[in-house]
Order: sequence, then structure tokens, then C-alpha cells
Amino acid sequence: MKKFLIALLFAPILAFANTSTVHIDKWPGSVSDKAALQNGAKLFVNYCMNCHGASYMRYKNLLDLGASYMRYKNLLDLGLTEQQVKENLMFTSDKIGELMRVAARSDEQKQWFGATPPDLTIIARARGEAGNAGAGADWLYTYLRSFYRDANRPTGWNNTVFENVGMPHILYGLQGQQVMNHETHKLELAVPGSMAPAEFDKSVSDLVGFMVWMGEPQQEYRRTLGWFVLAFLAVLFVVAYALKKEYWKDIH
Amino acid sequence: MAAGNFEKYKSDGSLAGNALEWVDARFPATSMWKGHLSEYYAPKNFNFWYFFGSLALLVLVIQIVTGIFLVMHYKPDAALNANGVPIAFASVEYIMRDVSGGWLIRYMHSTGASAFFIVVYMHMFRGLLYGSYRKPRELTWLFGVGIFLCLMGEAFFGYLLPWGQMSYWGAQVIVNLFSAIPVIGGDLSLIIRGDFVVGDATLNRFFSFHVIAFPLVLIGLVAAHVLALHETGSNNPDGVEIKANKDENGIPRDGIPFHPYYTVKDIVGVVVFLMVFSAVMFWAPEGGGYFLETPNFYPADPLKTPPHIAPVWYFTPFYSILRAVTYPLFGLDAKFWGVVAMGASVVIFAFLPWLDRSPVKSIRYRGPIYKTLLTIFVICFFVLGYLGTLSPSPMGELVSQVCSVFYFGFFLAMPWWSRMDKFKPVPDRVTFK
Repeated sequence: MKKFLIALLFAPILAFANTSTVHIDKWPGSVSDKAALQNGAKLFVNYCMNCHGASYMRYKNLLDLGASYMRYKNLLDLGLTEQQVKENLMFTSDKIGELMRVAARSDEQKQWFGATPPDLTIIARARGEAGNAGAGADWLYTYLRSFYRDANRPTGWNNTVFENVGMPHILYGLQGQQVMNHETHKLELAVPGSMAPAEFDKSVSDLVGFMVWMGEPQQEYRRTLGWFVLAFLAVLFVVAYALKKEYWKDIH
Repeated sequence: MAAGNFEKYKSDGSLAGNALEWVDARFPATSMWKGHLSEYYAPKNFNFWYFFGSLALLVLVIQIVTGIFLVMHYKPDAALNANGVPIAFASVEYIMRDVSGGWLIRYMHSTGASAFFIVVYMHMFRGLLYGSYRKPRELTWLFGVGIFLCLMGEAFFGYLLPWGQMSYWGAQVIVNLFSAIPVIGGDLSLIIRGDFVVGDATLNRFFSFHVIAFPLVLIGLVAAHVLALHETGSNNPDGVEIKANKDENGIPRDGIPFHPYYTVKDIVGVVVFLMVFSAVMFWAPEGGGYFLETPNFYPADPLKTPPHIAPVWYFTPFYSILRAVTYPLFGLDAKFWGVVAMGASVVIFAFLPWLDRSPVKSIRYRGPIYKTLLTIFVICFFVLGYLGTLSPSPMGELVSQVCSVFYFGFFLAMPWWSRMDKFKPVPDRVTFK
């Protein structure tokens, strides 16, 4: 009886498990890879920030986020000096405390692309799914590698993951130009870019890593802090349990 | 006239004793301490399920304290800032990034919201297991249902504040439900929103409700809940009235003072709870996309309806019941009856003390009918909850209709089936190993 009822409980979950039609690649990167994050930051400010802002993010967060109260500095920042950030990553501002705004005006952008390019600070979190909060990274990783030539689109580009997207393929100089093979329904590289496919995948992975990190710059610190808190609570549990035992030994 | 505290509690002559005597002559400090803690006798056989009352109080405190700090930095303003982002939404990200420790406070509050419902659902289930709502604890139960309703309002208002896509459209959907009420519906939803669409006026009044009105009512109801409980004394897993068997001093033989025995025991429960709570907060604060819904990381956009609007998980069982009603009746919209069913599915808990006619309280002495029906009820609740997170589908509609019928059947047929069971004899004293 019990087994039957438990089976009944899980039956609808199996019945409603949905299957996605577009194949999404798994993002291979990690937010603890500092070199990859730095490379991602470089790509982000050079390519993405022409149109997209990261307006909840301050440039200074790229080096010493919250150092005033957190001593785990190496878990938080990108390992860059202020000099490096100013010279290599700040094109639209000269104050390290500024938000990472985009220079272009949103009403003009709307005319150019049909929609204002969204802010990217927390895009990796927004693209997650119920039941899989990490799906945002996978989606971005696949999306940025899935542009192909389409003469019917005003920008000349289309995307298999995001059909008729307003965004042109901004990284095409690196990836080259893909075309859709309408027989196999697969993308093929027609004109090579400056990077080999494996190299390009790594660059996109770094870029996605940066966006995942930027979505919550203190996430590594948060996870580390969790261990200390749990360790403290484990000790507290031993004490609390012993106290309870001691008091309750008279109760029969 | 009964002796005042001044006569009852005399100083032992020490400085602290004198000070306490001075206070006791003016305020019932010692008598309250005794009445509610050191001489409040609770049954000694509480089990796992009895941790959740004190845990609910703990989560309430967590929510209030973290809420105080969040209000210091949050701005309930739907206007766009210089970057074209609503100020309210940007202020939450400001808390997450620029306020020292802000992310921790915010995650405590958002995880706390889900934890509150988990704890309260467990607490309510305990009531179903052991018949805690039965005479003489009907008022304790009614105050509890009031707390649950208040908590749902509190959660609903609070969910709008981050001003993300789900905040916005969730509020839009729920407020629109009121427009299904005949005659007054349209005006009523207008009054709730303060505008023709969810907007700045809505955000500001929801903020006011969330930080002032509802917490005040909530705290009042919690006080009433505890006072009513301490008047009757606690029930226990055996459903035996410990006050029926007192020793020569008038102390229940199966009772032990709440303090220190249950204070030290509840501390263990608190630590275990905090371990689970911290694990979620530090390692999965999004709760897999269920505690913090991912579309809520997009700022509210009144021109862009999300493809699928799902309420937060703790509302989904009731949301499923709303969606399950698809037939118009008496010339009124199906939507209206959906709203009625949803409201009824929550309020029906209040009638439990009078629906349950079984001669015993605890599941320990009830028979297979109750055990089976309660299990199916819980399964229905979970299934409804799960379906409420999904987009509507014909299959989901059918399943949720079956579950909704059972859900109401469980309550409405209770006066009959609760009497029919095979009962075991209830002992005079509680069982305690």
C-alpha cells in the first residue's frame, strides 16, 4: 500500500517531464577559474558593452568587491589591479566606482534593433529555469555559438536558439560565418574567423563565465562562508544535544 | 479579590530580589514567566512534529529582523532610473552588491519566506495527525488559520516588491481575480491596485501592507494563538488530556515545565533547522528556481507578458485548484468559481474542529480509513502543488480536477467517514519511552 501511494506521488512528475526541442550544450566553464573570468571580462567590455549595459555592476567590483568587510579577497575579485582595470576594461567611464553603463542611448538602440538590448548584469540568472537554476549559463553558451547567416533578417543574422533575434552576431569576426544546412538542419562554418572552433568555444565559455560571475560576484565567497557556518552549527548541535540529554535524563 | 503580584512574589532580600519585587508590584513579570514558561506544563511525549511551532516563531523573528535591514536600503519606486531600470528592481540589486552584507540579509529574507511556509505546513500537518484542532483547542486552531491567511497575504505583497517580471505579472494575475466577483469586482480590483494596471501606486501600497499592516496583524494573531494554547494546554501525539490526571499539587502527572525542558529541546530543533536553512541559503539560495523564480531576474515590463506565469511554490496547490475550475455555473464565469474554490480551499481548514467527529484525536488510535484518506490528501496536495508550477495542459487540468475533488471531499465528507473508522482504545496516560 505504502509503495503504491509513493508511486502515485511521483507518477505526475514523470508524466509531465517535458522535452526541449532545441539542443542546449552544457557550459563547460567554472566561476573559480580566474584567468577565464579575466578573459571573459575583456571580451565583455570589448564586444557586449557596445550595446548592452551591466548597470548594477561597478567597475570597482572587478577588483575588490566589498573588501572592507570581507577578507577572502581572492574569492571575490578578478585578481586585477585598479591600474589594469582602468587601462583595459574602462572605456565609457574614468571613475572606478562608476556603474558599468552602456554609452549608446536606449531609444536609438530601439530604432536600430527593434528592441533595447537588455542589461546583462544578471542575465545568466534570469535565463535559468525552475528546477535548474544553472540552465542560464548553458543557454548563453549555446546561444552565442548558434548564429548563422540569414538574408531574410534585417541584420543578416539569425539564431537557432533564439529565432529571429534582433541581435546581430557580434562575435563573427572571431567565429567566422556559419550557414544553416537545410538538409541536415545543422550549422556549418562557411567562412572561418580569426579563431579556430575550439578556441572560439573556449572564448565564449570564458565570456559566459564572466556573466555567471557578474550575476552574483560574491557567489564563491557565499559558498565558502557556508562551510564555516555549517561547521559552527555542527559544534553548536553537539553542545545543544548534550544539554538536552543532561536535562532530560530525569524525565521518565 | 485574588492576591496581587505584590503579595505573591516577595523579595529574598537581595538587591536583585528587591528590584524584581518592585517590578512585580507594577508589572506581572514573575507571574508571566511562570505561567508561560517555568510553570507551564507541556506533555512530556512531544515528538518530531512538535518542533515546528517554535521554529515558526524563529522564522517570524528572522523575517522581521532581516526585513528591518532591507527596508533601510530598498526603495519602493516603479519609476525608471538613469539606466532605464525600475528603481525598486535596481535597489534590490544594490542591496545584493553594494550594501555590506546585503546579499546575506536578502537571501535570509527570501529563503525565510519559503522556510516559513515549509514550517507552517509541517505545523498544520501535525494538527491533522494528532487532532490538535479538536475541543478544547478550537480557538487556537482558528487563530492559526488566521495566521496562515495573514502569512499568505504577507507573502503575496512582499513578492511584488523586487519588481521583477514574476512579481509584476503574478500580482497582475492575482489582483485580476478579484475582478471576477460580480457587480463590485471591477471597482474592487481597481481599489486594490490603485491604478488601472499594476504600477507605482500598487507597489507603494503593497510595500505599506508588507512592512506595517500585515506584520502587525500577524504578531497580534501569534500572541493570541500562544495565549489560547497556554489556556488549554498543549495536545500531544497520543491526544490524551494531561490535565485530566493531576498530582496532589495540581500538576499534570504527564506534564513537564516548558522551561527548561522544552526550551533546551527546542534549541536542538533550532540548530538542526538552521543547518538546513543555511545549506539552502549559502549553497542554493534560488532553491532550484523555486524559491527565487528565475524570470524575476528581469525587471518588470508592463508591455511584455511572460509566456508562463507561475506563482511561488507555496501558493501552487491553491493556484491549481483555481485553474481546475473550468465550468461556468449559475450564469457566472468559471473564473469566479475558481476564485471561490481557491478561497474555500484555504478557509476550509477553519472548519476542521467541527467537521471531525471521530471519538479519538490522535492518528495513533484511529483506523485505516483516516490513515488512507490523509495519505491521499497529502498526495493530492503535493500533486496540486506540482501542477501549479507548470503551464496549463489538458492532462494537468484533468489531474488537478480529480485532486481538487478529493481535496474538498476529504473535508466535506469528514463528518461521516471520521465516525466510521475502527478505533483503538486510548490510554489514560501518554506513552513515553
